[in-house]
Amino acid sequence: MPERRVAITGLGVVTPAGAGMDALWEALLAGRSFTSKIASFDAGAFPTDLGGYVENFSARDYVPKSYRKSVKIMARDIELAVGAASLAFADAGIVTAAAGEGVATTIESGRLGCNIGAGLICTDLDEIGVALTTALDDDGKFSMAKWGASGMNNLTPLWLLKYLPNMLACHVTIVHGAKGPSNTITCGDASAHLAVGEATRLVARGGADAVIAGGAESKLNPMGLLRQSLLKRLCTTWRGDASGACRPFDRQHAGTVIGEGGGLLVIEEMEHAKARGARMYAEVVGFASSCDPNGIEVEKPSAGGLGQAVRAAMKDAGITPQQVGLIVTHGTAVPGEDVCETAEWRSVLGDLAGRIPAVAISGSLGSLFAGAGGVELAVAARALHTRCVPPTVNFSAAAPDCGLSLQSTARSGDFEYAVSAAFSVGGQSGACVLRRIEP
Amino acid sequence: MNPRRVVITGMGTVNPLGHDVESMWRALLACESGLAETGNFDARTYSTKFSAEVKGYDLARHVPNAARHVHAGRHCRFALGAAVQAWKQSGLADCAALDRTRLGIYLGSGEGSIDFDNFTGTIVDSWCDGKVDTRRWAELAFRRMEFYREAEQESNMVVAHLAAEFGARGPAFNVLTACAASTQAIGEATLQVRRGDADVMLTGGAHSMIHPYGVTGFIRLTALSSRNDDIPSASRPFDQTRDGFVLGEGSSILVIESLEHARKRGAKVLAEIVGYGSSADAFRVTDQDPDGAGAAASMKRALADAGLAPADIDYISAHGTGTKQNDQIETLGVKSVFGELAYKVPVSSVKSMLGHLIAAAGATELITCILAIRDQVLPPTINLYHPDPDCDLDYVPNASRKATVRTCMSNSFGFGGQNNTLILVGEKG
Repeated sequence: MPERRVAITGLGVVTPAGAGMDALWEALLAGRSFTSKIASFDAGAFPTDLGGYVENFSARDYVPKSYRKSVKIMARDIELAVGAASLAFADAGIVTAAAGEGVATTIESGRLGCNIGAGLICTDLDEIGVALTTALDDDGKFSMAKWGASGMNNLTPLWLLKYLPNMLACHVTIVHGAKGPSNTITCGDASAHLAVGEATRLVARGGADAVIAGGAESKLNPMGLLRQSLLKRLCTTWRGDASGACRPFDRQHAGTVIGEGGGLLVIEEMEHAKARGARMYAEVVGFASSCDPNGIEVEKPSAGGLGQAVRAAMKDAGITPQQVGLIVTHGTAVPGEDVCETAEWRSVLGDLAGRIPAVAISGSLGSLFAGAGGVELAVAARALHTRCVPPTVNFSAAAPDCGLSLQSTARSGDFEYAVSAAFSVGGQSGACVLRRIEP
Repeated sequence: MNPRRVVITGMGTVNPLGHDVESMWRALLACESGLAETGNFDARTYSTKFSAEVKGYDLARHVPNAARHVHAGRHCRFALGAAVQAWKQSGLADCAALDRTRLGIYLGSGEGSIDFDNFTGTIVDSWCDGKVDTRRWAELAFRRMEFYREAEQESNMVVAHLAAEFGARGPAFNVLTACAASTQAIGEATLQVRRGDADVMLTGGAHSMIHPYGVTGFIRLTALSSRNDDIPSASRPFDQTRDGFVLGEGSSILVIESLEHARKRGAKVLAEIVGYGSSADAFRVTDQDPDGAGAAASMKRALADAGLAPADIDYISAHGTGTKQNDQIETLGVKSVFGELAYKVPVSSVKSMLGHLIAAAGATELITCILAIRDQVLPPTINLYHPDPDCDLDYVPNASRKATVRTCMSNSFGFGGQNNTLILVGEKG
C-alpha cells in the first residue's frame, strides 16, 4: 500500500517573542532578539545571568475553563506545550474537544494522535525545598529518617506528575480529546524533529489522520543554568547589550543563551486537509534520524551525526542538493557546535552549503532545547509558504569554518524545498525535508 | 511494496531476578520473589520500605569495554549488560558486513538517578526566608555537583552509550511514556525496520526509580504497596488484597531485524513481532479511563495491525501492576476486546515476582513471552489467593503451567493514559 501524503496545516509556537507564529515571524523579520537579564530568579552568581523568557504567558489562557485547575500541576514545560497545541489547532482551523461538549469537532478523536518532544524536567527548587526543610536534624542537615517519616507529606500528592516528560503529551491529549497513538520523544534538541518525523510516518501509514507534534522545554531555571554551564555551552563573555549575546555562526559567537519555548505543528493527511478546505503550509516529504557513536563524549562539541540524518532525509524525499532552497539550521551559537554543524551540512551539500540560503533562530530566542525543533520547523514551513527567508538575528559576518549562507536581512526566493535538522548533546539527530505547496 | 517482516534475534536482561535471561526465567517459573528491603538508600522510615532491586551487578563482568562507560548511570549500566547479551545471542558481533548506518536504536529509557545528596543538601544549605537563595545555591552547586553526573541524567544518554558500544549510526530515538515506554519503543522500532529505515535495531528499555525522590513520588501518589510485614508477597496483581505496585529496576534489550536480513546471515529467529498498537486515554492525568476504553483501543489496534482475531491469542502478558485501579480496568479492557473468549485466554503478571520496572517493564515482559513460546509454559501470577470479583479471568495463579502457546499479547499502560500493546508469534524450542 502506498504511503499517504502529509501536510503541515497548523503552526503553534510559544517563544520569548510571544505567543503565536505571527509574533515570532514579525520579530524575526524585524531582527529582534529577546535574550535579556534573567528576571524569574536571581542568577547573579551564575557564570551568566542571561536568558530568553516567555513573558505574560500562562496555560490558563489556552485550556477550557473546567481544566484551569489542572494548570497547578503543570511544570513550565507542560504549560508551554499546552499553549502551543491550542495555538496550532486554532491556526489549522481544527475544532477539537477543547471547544466543549455540544460543539461539533472537525476531527475524529481516535484518529488524532500526539507526539511531543520533551526534556528532563527539573523539580522547582522552592517547591521541594519547602518540604525538605521540614525534615532537618538539629544541626540543620537533611535527615532521611525524618523525610521518610513525615517530611515528604509536605509535598503535594501529585508532585511526581508535574515533572514526568510524558505529561506534556498527556495534558494535550486530554484537553483536545486526542485518543490516537501518543508518543513522547526525549532526545534533547533533536526531540522535536524526531517527533514530527514520527508523526509524519504515523499519518503516512494510516494510523492517524492528524497528529499534534513538535516539542517544548524550559531549562530557564537554576538546575538548567547549572547543567548547561557545566557543559560549557553558555555564553559567559558577552559584555554588550543582552540582546546581542546569542550569535549563531557569527564571528563573535561565544556560546548559547538558555531560552524557553514550544513549537507544535498540526501534521495532517493531505486529502483530509483538502476535504476541510485547510490551508497547507508545506508537505513533509522526507525524514530521517541518525546517531553519532561518539555522542557519549559530551565534553566534546559535536553535531550528533547531523549529516547522516540530512543525507537520509533527502534520500527519503528523493531530492538532490541542487533542489534544496533553504536550510533551517539548528545553530546553537556554541562555537565548537557551529563549526561541527557547518561541516555536517557541507558533508552532504558540498560547496552548495555555502550558497543555499540558511537561517538560525537562536540569536532571537536563545536555545529552546526540546522545543527548538518545533519552532525551527514552523519557521521552515512559514518561509516556504511566504517565499521569504527571515534574517538570522545577531549574525553579521561568518565565524571561521562557519560558511553557511546566513544573512542579516530578509530574502525572498522561489524555492521549493527546505531542509531543517537538529542534533542533541549525546549524539542523536533528526532531519525533515519540507516541500512548498502552491496555494 | 509489502512491509518487511520483523523478527527478534537477540535478547538480554538485567533485573531483580537475574542478570541474564535464563536466570530470570528459572526464578519466574519457580515462583520466586525479587522483593526485599530497599538497599539503594535508607528507607526504614518510609511507608514503603521495600522494592525489587538489582543486586550484586558488576558492569565489568558483562561489558568488555566497561572503562568506556565509567560515567554511565545505574540504569544505563543495566542497559549495557542487557544489550551485550542480546548482541551476543544475535550473532551480529560476527557479522562483518553489518552497515552501521543501517543499525538503529529505539529505547524507552528513564532519566538518570538524581545526585540526591548534593541536590538535596544544596537546597537545604541555601534555604533562606522560605525559599532558595539562588546566589548561595549557585555558589554551593558549582562546588558540589559533578559534570558527568549531571550530563548523564538526560534520558537520551542510554541511547548514546549503546551507540558507542555497538557503533550505531542509524535512526536513534528515546521514548519516555512512563510505564509504557519500552513496549512503545519496541513497537516503534518494529515500524522503523518494517519501513526499511534500518536493517537492525537495538530496542527495549532501562530504568531505576529506586532512589529517594522516585519512591517519594510514588508514595505521595499512593501508588505503592506498603505491605512491609510480608515483603515477598507484597506484589499481588489481581488479588483482592492488593494495595499497590512494588517499584523495581532493571533493563531489557532486544535485537530486532528484518526477516530477510536475519535469514541472509543465517541467524536464529526467536520470535516475530506481528502487531503493535498505541492509544491515549485522553481522560485524566491521575486516573485511567474507568471503562478501559483506552486499554481496549490499544489491544484492538495491535490485533488489527497483526491481522489477527482475539481467538488467535494464546496468552496475554498483563500490565498487571497490583494497583486497585489498573488491574480492574485492564480486566475490563481485555473483556471488551475478547468478549467471552476473555475467560479462556490465560493472563498473567510477572510483576508479582519482578516488581514494576517502570520504563523497562514492557521489554522485560515481552522477553517472558518469547520464553513462554519457546518452552510451552506460562509464567504465573503469584500471591493470588483472594479472588476479586472485578478480576475474574484466568491469571495463571501461583504456579507456572504447561500450555500450547504460539501467539502472545503483551500490554503496558502508563501514567497519564499511555497504552501500548505488542503481539508476538514464535516457534517452540
